[in-house]
Amino acid sequence: MNGAAARRRSSLERSAEVVALIALLLVAWQVMYHIAGKVAMTTPAETIRYTAKLLASSEFRPHVWTTGKAFITALAIALVGGSVIGMLLGFHRLAGEVAEPILVSLYSIPKVILYPIILLVFGIGMAAEVAFGTLHGIVPVMVFSMSAVRNIKPVYIKTGRVHRLSTWSLMRTVLLPAAFPEIFTGVRIGFSVTLLGTVMSEMFGSKRGLGFLLMNALGVNDVQLIMSLALLLVTFAAVANSMLMMIERRLYRQR
Amino acid sequence: MRPRKATIVRLVLIAAAVGSLEAACRTGLVARFTMIPPSEMVVSLFGLFRSPDVVSDIGQTLTAVGIALAAAVLIGFLIGALLYAVPRARRIADPLLATYYAVPVFVFYPLLIVFFGLNAIPKTVIGFLYAFVVMIINTLNGLDRVPSVFWKTARVHHLGRRDTVVHLILPCAGPYLFTGAKLAVMYAFIGVIGSEFILSSGGLGYRISFAYNNFQSDVMYGLILFVLMVVILVNMGLYAWERVLMERRGGR
Repeated sequence: MNGAAARRRSSLERSAEVVALIALLLVAWQVMYHIAGKVAMTTPAETIRYTAKLLASSEFRPHVWTTGKAFITALAIALVGGSVIGMLLGFHRLAGEVAEPILVSLYSIPKVILYPIILLVFGIGMAAEVAFGTLHGIVPVMVFSMSAVRNIKPVYIKTGRVHRLSTWSLMRTVLLPAAFPEIFTGVRIGFSVTLLGTVMSEMFGSKRGLGFLLMNALGVNDVQLIMSLALLLVTFAAVANSMLMMIERRLYRQR
Repeated sequence: MRPRKATIVRLVLIAAAVGSLEAACRTGLVARFTMIPPSEMVVSLFGLFRSPDVVSDIGQTLTAVGIALAAAVLIGFLIGALLYAVPRARRIADPLLATYYAVPVFVFYPLLIVFFGLNAIPKTVIGFLYAFVVMIINTLNGLDRVPSVFWKTARVHHLGRRDTVVHLILPCAGPYLFTGAKLAVMYAFIGVIGSEFILSSGGLGYRISFAYNNFQSDVMYGLILFVLMVVILVNMGLYAWERVLMERRGGR
């Protein structure tokens, strides 16, 4: 009883801290507005109002749809491909050792310089966006899945063998549950970087989508639109990440 | 040290991949318009240094990365130390630190251009914004790992605050600060080159997008190869140095 009460109190405290943080950020934004002035920024209140209007308008929706479709497709490929390849690399020690430094290098390069190659291969459009999003997302998913499988305690596998589990049931009942929380961490990071990749690809040479709108707004100096799009994307990324983190924490606790 | 089997396999694999790419390009399986053979990329890479434009671009990019990195390491360390000293502030900042890298920082780039104009400042700011939070996180991580007996020992020996920090805390947290700086290098590169690529008036990223838009395949691939090699070599060097530091400290 006591433990539950303490947890409830601490979660109450945590929400108070999050509220304080958001309030602080809004105050900082307002202060920055007074420093930067009307030419460069809009106030939080104005931006939220404009964002609401934007979300209701029918011209805006196709752009959300384009970005959303590219993002979800890229994410699906990155998650499935990344976790399968990553787990295989985790099982096969030599293959993992061969691949790891290559993956680390791939993770650390500014992938944007590879975008022209993707454009030349796929042509401008949805396929290039998806490919670029996937390129961003697949690496972290692979790295975390690989290390998740490697970190499974050998005793789990031995116990499974003692109980004469088939390979399939060993995978389903022992390996996947044991590795899942760590794979999920990869999924969370993959989610954010796939979004980054998708939006960035739209910011360069695209005719639709939120990234395109952002650069177009810059071209016509529409500060209101830039602020609203930034707010929208930042809020979406932050909220999604926080939710995934909550799930992740629960997964680790259950283990 | 025994020769590592994995290293040999990796080198053979990479060589095979480059070799088959070369073959595919030479036989026309991959159109010249899409990709030039890797051997020509290398030739183009060395030709680049004769062009004063490219040399100036390299200078511009490295300057922006250098400034962004220095600011990120310094300010990131100071904020990290401050948050460590004030636990309440740290608790409030914690969700921000945890979600920071989920946010696509590049969405602020147009805003920075509106504010500063289309010059080197916006891309440097993006490089800084990308890099400084990882420094904060690793500063906190390093300070957390200083055993409390260190602080007590310092007090027993009547060390002043400055001496405590210089002689005990920094050497102890040092390797973690280095990890922060190493990641900051990576993020500063990504921020600066990414910004240059999207929209800018100079720098390596700009030169690549310029070459793409003007169908200068050989220049483009030479530049891409150059950036890849610089970033990978810098990272490998820092990684090796980090290992030495960690081992000297007694392993992770």
